[in-house]
This record gives sequence, C-alpha cells and structure tokens, in this order.
Amino acid sequence: MLIIGEKLSIIAKRVREAMMKRDKAPIQEIAVSQWKSGAGMIDANIGPAEDNGESLMEWMVKTIQEAVPLPVCLDTTNYRAIEAGLKIHNDEWGRPLINSTSNDPERFPMLELASKHSVQIIGLTVGKGGLPADAEERAGIAAEIMARAMEYGMPLEDLFLDPLVLQISTSQDHALKVIKAVKMFQELNDPPMKTVVGLSNVSNGCPKPLRPILNNYYLTLLMYDGLTAVIADPHDVAATVKTVDVILGRTLYAHSYLEM
Amino acid sequence: MAFTPLKETYPGKVYTVEIGKGEKAVTFAGENVLPFHTFEGASPNRPVIAYEIQDMPPDEWPDTVRKPYSGISSDPVSWARFCQDSLGAKVIALRLVSTHPDRLDRSPDEAAKTVSDVLAAIDIPLIILGSNHAEKDASVLVAAAGAAKDSNCIIGKAQEANYKTIAAAAMANNHKLIAMSELDINLSKQLNILITQMGFEKDRLIIDPMCSALGYGLEYTYSVMERIRLAALAQNDATMQQPILGDIGMYVWKVKEAQAVETSVSGWGALEERGISWEAVTAASMLIAGAELLIMWHPEAVQKVESLIDELY
Repeated sequence: MLIIGEKLSIIAKRVREAMMKRDKAPIQEIAVSQWKSGAGMIDANIGPAEDNGESLMEWMVKTIQEAVPLPVCLDTTNYRAIEAGLKIHNDEWGRPLINSTSNDPERFPMLELASKHSVQIIGLTVGKGGLPADAEERAGIAAEIMARAMEYGMPLEDLFLDPLVLQISTSQDHALKVIKAVKMFQELNDPPMKTVVGLSNVSNGCPKPLRPILNNYYLTLLMYDGLTAVIADPHDVAATVKTVDVILGRTLYAHSYLEM
Repeated sequence: MAFTPLKETYPGKVYTVEIGKGEKAVTFAGENVLPFHTFEGASPNRPVIAYEIQDMPPDEWPDTVRKPYSGISSDPVSWARFCQDSLGAKVIALRLVSTHPDRLDRSPDEAAKTVSDVLAAIDIPLIILGSNHAEKDASVLVAAAGAAKDSNCIIGKAQEANYKTIAAAAMANNHKLIAMSELDINLSKQLNILITQMGFEKDRLIIDPMCSALGYGLEYTYSVMERIRLAALAQNDATMQQPILGDIGMYVWKVKEAQAVETSVSGWGALEERGISWEAVTAASMLIAGAELLIMWHPEAVQKVESLIDELY
C-alpha cells in the first residue's frame, strides 16, 4: 500500500511561509519526517499558484528530492507548474504522479501532460457539475476518464482513480458509496484499475480527537476492498497500513513489523 | 502467430554477495527470478557449493564420507589444501566443532589459530562456523572473526541468543554473517531485522532457515526457503532478500539411510551410493527451493550437484 504524504500543503501556515520565503529547511524537515514514517511518495500541494507557479513547483520538487529518495506527487491546478515540476523531477526512486485530472474539460490538459511525459496521474471522478451522487455515477465518470486516457495513448496502469472522499459529518451516506466505488473501479479493467483517496477529508470538520480514529478505521475498510494508495499523514496512518498489509498477507509478519 | 511464453517478473531482487579476496573471490545470488528461471529475468550467478572441513578428525562421520578424506582430515590445514587443490573446491567451510563444550572444549584462542592457519594455506574464500553452541559460539566466533580480519569471510551462525556479539564481530572485521533461525520464516525475518537494526548492512547477511535431510523434515525447510524467496521477489521485502544457505552435510550424514549397512537393510541398495545420493538429492531440493549457497561433505555428491547446476543454470 502506497502512502502519499500530504503534509507539504500550502494550506498549512508553516509550509506556506516556507514556500513564500523559499526556505528549504522546514520543507525538507517535513519531507524527511514523512519518509521516515512510511511515505512512499511526497505530495507537493502549491495551491492554484497563479503567479510564479512554475518556479515554485520546480523549487518544491528539487527541495524535496534533495532530502528524501522518493518520487513527488505534483499537486496544483496550474498546468504549467506541473510541467515545470515534471521536467526537473528525478525518476531514480519512481515516476512522479500528477494530482489531478477529472471529467472537467478544464482538467483534460493534465491528462495530456501525463501521456506526453509518460508519468502517472490521479483521475478524480467528478465532472464539471456537482458532486457524484453515488458509486455508480463515480464509476461512470471513471470509465470516461479511462476512455480519454486511452485516446491519449496512456497505459491504464498509470491512472489512479480517486472516488472523492467526502466529509462524514455532512455526507455520511457517501462513506460507504466511496468504498463501493473503490470496488467498482477495480472491475473496470484487467489488471484492476489502481485507486487512491484523499483520506483525511473524511474527518474534515470533526473534533480533533476524533480525526485519527475516523481516518484509520475508514482506511482499514478501504484497504480491505483493494485501495492501492492513500494521500494522508503518514504519522497518522502508518501503523494501520502496515498492520492491514500483514493481515491481508501482503507483508510477511515479524515481531518488529511496525518498525520496518 | 508465434507462441510467446508468459514471463513472470517480480519487483524484488536478491542481494549479490561476494566473499573472499582477489582472483578467487566468489560471487553468488543477485537474481530477480525464482531459482533457475533464467529465462524470465536476471540470474547473474550460479549457486555455490562449499566443502566442509572440521578442526578435529571427523570421527563421528560415517565411513562413506570419511573415506575420501582419509589421511588428510586429521589436520584442518591439509584437509583444506586437499579440498582446494585436489577437489577443486571454490569455497571451504571450516566448522570449529572442537570448541563445543561436549567435544574438546577448545578455547577461542585455539580456534583463532586454526582459522589463521587455514587462511594462510588457501586462497579461496572461507566460511567460518562455530559448533552451534550458542553461548560458546559467541566467544569462539568473535576470536575467529578477528583472526580472519579483512579476509571477507562468512561468519556463522548468529542466532537469537547470541547475535549481538557475533554480528558486532563480523561487522568490525568486515565479514559477511549467517543469521540462523529454526524453521520459522517469521523468526527468520525478525532476526534479520534485529541484526540490521544494530547497524549491520542488510546486503552482508545470509539466511540459514535451518536445513534438514530428505525424509527428515526436508519439506519444512523447502517450504520456508520457498516462502522467503517469494517474500523477497514478489513482496519486495528487503528483510528477506539475502541469499539462503543450505547446510546440507551435517543433516544428511547422520540419518539412517546414509549409514545403514546393506546387510541390515535389504533392498535399500549399496550403502556408499545411497549415502552420496541422499546428500545430492537433499542438496538439489534446497537449490530448487531457493538456496544459493550450500555446504556439503562428500566430493561425489558435490560433483553430482554441480552437474545438475550445469544443466539447469
């Protein structure tokens, strides 16, 4: 199970300030700490980044990869910033992941970019309109994104489908619909499609002490139904990921498995 | 349309290990495929067989396997030379059995001297084994590792009860290390984790999941080895990507089938041929299960297994 570390996000004050000041130390410290906790990829969320997006993404990719031997998940709606990040990305430890395309025509160019650079991409199963109503609608959108990916000549193995996790405090019925979508996505192709979620959204808006509990139990259920990757705080979810991997027989048990 | 066989590929790869020095150094493992599946990926090195010698006359060995070494096995130096020069051994495994408290209880210093003498007499790589007495091995192997400093030997065997001192000595003297557990894949993984958590590099370890002879639990060893290899290759588990050792001779030559004379077991065939075959078949099974390094006793059994490797590799 791949953990994509979510902590380098412009939403966090400390990260935002470091980005603005181009101060490497806090960025690298957070990257290293996520890597040591079990992240296999680091998300670099620079927001819409309308001004200087290219130089900011370049700086982020370079700064992260100077500190950790991991690929980067390039997270912005700015197409040019993504391309700048891809160009500088060191593939020694794995290919980068674009976060993200969707069924919104404004996001199609991202898919084209992934195809052009032979990199991986997240396909968020939402369209231009409102949120998908259920698992079936998510699967329908997924099929459209897959068809478009094939038009661009992209291997479906490079596409991670994201059913869009919603807040349990406001959209409780979607918790199960998302799990069902994860199952349905896999059935859309052989070999099964890869899937990813932005996990912490499930507990967004909940009291702080509840958040890790909701995140971890929800992740357990998603993993059981075949989730491939999770965007989350590695410190929060690493024990769950390692333990469920052992229970599902993907990792060989040893007494020290949590330390690995 | 031409038939294209399906290739099974894996994300993981076994570490390559080099032992010894100079021209006679030996490299084994390094594959990213199941044993002998050379048609599916990289399998850069053939399995290696070490000849076992001991630091005292092999009085407990059955006649069949004492015979090829008669006249030279009373002295480990002449025994080692014979294996290297007359039998063409690529590696020698010196077992310091005399240090066992129930045998001659020789001191670590005496063991260290034997190691130095043997090393001075050969230019092929050496594996240095204790007497499998966890407590005594801790002191014997520390002295032996020091005596062989920088000769790039394999030291063994570190077990749960004594790994700290032995691993530290192997690390300080630049040797490789055998980590042994008793037929339990989870404990094998755990021991590797504990040893590497001491700072011992994971690509300098060799796994001994504990061997057994044909008819005496071979299938347990086979299954553990096979699962270790699958964890290494299919699950890309870095704690299981070390080469596997099959310590064959000591398990085979004590079983009834390798010892019972023709007159007492009618229908079992000639004793000598039977013993040699028992060792060769056990060894071949271990290779197919995933072992990359074997320790064997009888030269003819070694030859049989080498020919098998020639054909399969």
